[in-house]
Amino acid sequence: MSAGIDLENVCCDFGSFRAVDHANVSIQPGEFFSFLGPSGCGKTTILRMISGFIDPTQGSIRIGGKDMRGQRPNQRPTALIFQNLALFPLMPIWENISFGLEVRGVGKAERRAKAEELLKLVDLPGAADKMVSQLSGGQKQRVAIARALAVEPQVMLLDEPLSALDLKLRQHMRAELRAIQKRTGVTFIYITHDQGEALAMSDRVGVMSHGRIQQIANPRDIYNNPVNGFVASFVGENNIFTGDVGATADGIAAFSTPHGTFRARLGEKATGKGVKLYVRPEHTLISPAQPAENAIHGRVEEVSFEGNFIAIHAVTDSGMKMTAELRNDGSSAIPEVGAQVWMGFDATRAAILPDAETKG
Amino acid sequence: MQDLLRRYGAGLTTIICLLVFFWLAILVVIPNITLFESSFRPYLPVTEVGGPKDVYSFDNYLKVFGGEVEVSPLGFTFLIPVHVLTFFLTMWYSVVVTVLCFAIAYPMAYYMSKIANPRSVPTLVLLIFVPLWVSEVLRAFAWWIILAFKGPLNSLLLALGLIEAPVRWITDYDAVVIGLIYTYVLFMLFPVYNAISSLDTNQIEAAEDLGAPWWKIHWRIVLPHAKPGVASGSVMVFMLSAGSLLVPSILGSTTSQWFTQTINQWFNDALDWNTASAYAFLLLFLCTVFVALAMWAFKVKLSDIAK
Amino acid sequence: MHRIRLTLSHLYATVFIVYLIAPLLVMAGAAFNDSKLPSIVPWKGWTTRWFAEMAADDRMMLAFVNTLWVAAAVAILSVIVGTASAILINSISGRVRTMIYGLMISTILIPGIVIGISTMLLWTKVGNTLDTDFFLFGAGLHLSVLGQVSYIAAMVMLLVLARLQSFDTGLEEAALDLGASHAQVMRRILLPHLYPAIGAGAAVAFFQSIENYNVTQFTRGGADTLTVYVFSKVRSGITPTINALAVIMISVTILAAILYELRRRRQERLMAAMAPPEE
Ligand SMILES: Nc1ncnc2c1ncn2[C@@H]1O[C@H](COP(=O)(O)OP(=O)(O)OP(=O)(O)O)[C@@H](O)[C@H]1O
Ligand SMILES: [Mg+2]
Repeated sequence: MSAGIDLENVCCDFGSFRAVDHANVSIQPGEFFSFLGPSGCGKTTILRMISGFIDPTQGSIRIGGKDMRGQRPNQRPTALIFQNLALFPLMPIWENISFGLEVRGVGKAERRAKAEELLKLVDLPGAADKMVSQLSGGQKQRVAIARALAVEPQVMLLDEPLSALDLKLRQHMRAELRAIQKRTGVTFIYITHDQGEALAMSDRVGVMSHGRIQQIANPRDIYNNPVNGFVASFVGENNIFTGDVGATADGIAAFSTPHGTFRARLGEKATGKGVKLYVRPEHTLISPAQPAENAIHGRVEEVSFEGNFIAIHAVTDSGMKMTAELRNDGSSAIPEVGAQVWMGFDATRAAILPDAETKG
Repeated sequence: MQDLLRRYGAGLTTIICLLVFFWLAILVVIPNITLFESSFRPYLPVTEVGGPKDVYSFDNYLKVFGGEVEVSPLGFTFLIPVHVLTFFLTMWYSVVVTVLCFAIAYPMAYYMSKIANPRSVPTLVLLIFVPLWVSEVLRAFAWWIILAFKGPLNSLLLALGLIEAPVRWITDYDAVVIGLIYTYVLFMLFPVYNAISSLDTNQIEAAEDLGAPWWKIHWRIVLPHAKPGVASGSVMVFMLSAGSLLVPSILGSTTSQWFTQTINQWFNDALDWNTASAYAFLLLFLCTVFVALAMWAFKVKLSDIAK
Repeated sequence: MHRIRLTLSHLYATVFIVYLIAPLLVMAGAAFNDSKLPSIVPWKGWTTRWFAEMAADDRMMLAFVNTLWVAAAVAILSVIVGTASAILINSISGRVRTMIYGLMISTILIPGIVIGISTMLLWTKVGNTLDTDFFLFGAGLHLSVLGQVSYIAAMVMLLVLARLQSFDTGLEEAALDLGASHAQVMRRILLPHLYPAIGAGAAVAFFQSIENYNVTQFTRGGADTLTVYVFSKVRSGITPTINALAVIMISVTILAAILYELRRRRQERLMAAMAPPEE
């Protein structure tokens, strides 16, 4: 069983500080939804409101269509996996996992069986009688997941569960988590400040900054069509020009900057002077010949080999640093350091975007 | 409070608050208020309690000033009420005990935290704890045996040839001070030890490296750091000494009288509980004032001690 | 550090330990001396008759039993009150916390004589006002228990509070999140974490109660506890039966200390052996 979650104008204040500001989101049953954002942007706070440890200052939270106001954490159909896991150090693993059943009055034999079953599910058979302190980081992680699953929650809330693990293990656990979610069909709400993690695992991502949800979309749209400068910069790299918006036709605007006048897609709410234009390095073309539109002349400063792609750092004649990325498939010529080159970009692949929304 | 409710729910919060109320109100505050109130009432036969004679007055407190004795410290001779004298001597010798406890405990505290092998410290602590677990009355009794005129201390000193004739140790306040030090020195040792332990050894080494002599290191670095510990140890030892009844009763001589003994006489011999209350209140109040003054003089904040 | 100073400091530590332990040895030694006065000089030969006399001393045995009852009651009450107080202090803050905490700590500093007299006064007054002879309102060891709890609870509170500070409140939330009730959180999560401190607190309370004199002296009525009895013996005709008693008490203490030390060492080894594996 899984349930959807609706947040409606949810705010949370700590004194005069607003940690979450008018959050609106509707998460589908069985969805893998991620909140992505830098440290301190209010991700944990949202999760703690959903699980009932903090009451929203205003707005309402519904789980499975039911308003959660006044429902305490132990009455909500959610299971939270804490940022630091919060395993009970004085209980053996199997008691940890079956704690949720124990407090519901389930008999010992049944609890034990359920714990063994869940340990198999998270690929940790034979650990039932160990103590928490005897497990490694990744193993503790799995026990925390098993413990949350044991109460058959309709919603799993995960607060940066992989942040303490090393890179290799993190990648492994990503796939594992996704598989567990598919297998159980439970709604997952996942929190992370690692964009790769969010994009790779989620059905949809909500990008947050300073307590506000900036954009909710599937990973592809988040990356390709960011709604504002914050989302564009937080998810991936950019070459950024500051300038003034000019004449617009068919959603493509003229954009004048000290480095030349360009044409690019005009995002919503981006008007006037001093706005920014964002181009991804992999959408930045580089060649000896002058491109048809948005051409900028410059000189190659550094070529760095990154394995599957090659990053070329150049400086334009007007003195701005730019980066272009070429696929390492032999399809394009790699310029030498010091070479004079032309750079450019497709007008539909570049966007003029407003800054992040900060107040409601 | 909000936090308490959220973490433990209404039922447990109520129980917790009731327990704390039971302790602080019923066991501490209300009894002390009763004591204060009683201290202003006259000592009357049971039948007259609550009668017309049962009115508030300062009579009980004024008893402190009855019955003068002649004393001549430093060659000056003057008259002083005997209970006032007792009180001053109690305070004075409690200060002496506190200072001596510090003098004895400080080197040991330093040794335990900075010189001894850290692995052997727990064992050391345990060994030091043994006398603490053995009751106060027995600790005083042990010194009563040792200090007896024909006791082991005199025998030892005679045998070593350090004295020619037995010394009378249990005279004036001497034995009381010796006994109080032995009884309470550990209450100085542990706070000071904790305080010095938290001092980064690198600081000492840095000072040594800069050529500071050892006494300067202690005066300028270790002691200032250990000040909160010394302060709480001193307050503890002083209050315990001034409030002790056992040690002065067991080790006291014919010429020594501790203020608690006076209170005990009012309460258990004269059965005048109200005057005993007045005296007990005076003890509590004046000791607190004295400690507060001392803390102010040594620039110690209350928050340093209450840790 | 200079060699000489190092040697001197070791010497000082040794002297300090001897200073602490020697009086106890002298007292214990006197228990075996066949002399009517409790002393080790002059030595009049080995005897165990003081132990026999002690065992035959009915008043002492009664006092001993009383002491155990009082100590047990004080330990139980102090642990309950002290633990609740520590939990309260740990989850409030600001001015109120400072005030309540200050009041709790100050009970340790109040002279026992003041506690004794004030406890006695309050309860007998309530008894007089209600005009009742109910035992609670008269002098007796039950009042000694209440008086002792009033400051021993603070010691338990300090021990438990120190332990609480190492408690991860996330564990409580995790348990609540898994559906536990507040009572279940308390019983399964918080209290198990506090047990070591509660155990230590109970031991401290028990021993503090045994050695209490001041509070007991003013509240006990006619009943004896060991400390009161020993005191009266020391004041009146002393026989070395007190020393025999001291030997037993010291032995119990040392035995407990040794057991504790062994347990500590075993746990140290266990901790070293239980390091988690690498993945
Ligand atoms: N109990 C609290 N009282 C006051 N401020 C708080 C409290 N909890 C969180 N905050 C503030 O709210 C903001 C959001 O905190 P939150 O824990 O939700 O951040 P986060 O996005 O989870 O960050 P991280 O990635 O570092 O975990 C932070 O600025 C934090 O300082
Ligand atoms: Mg967080």
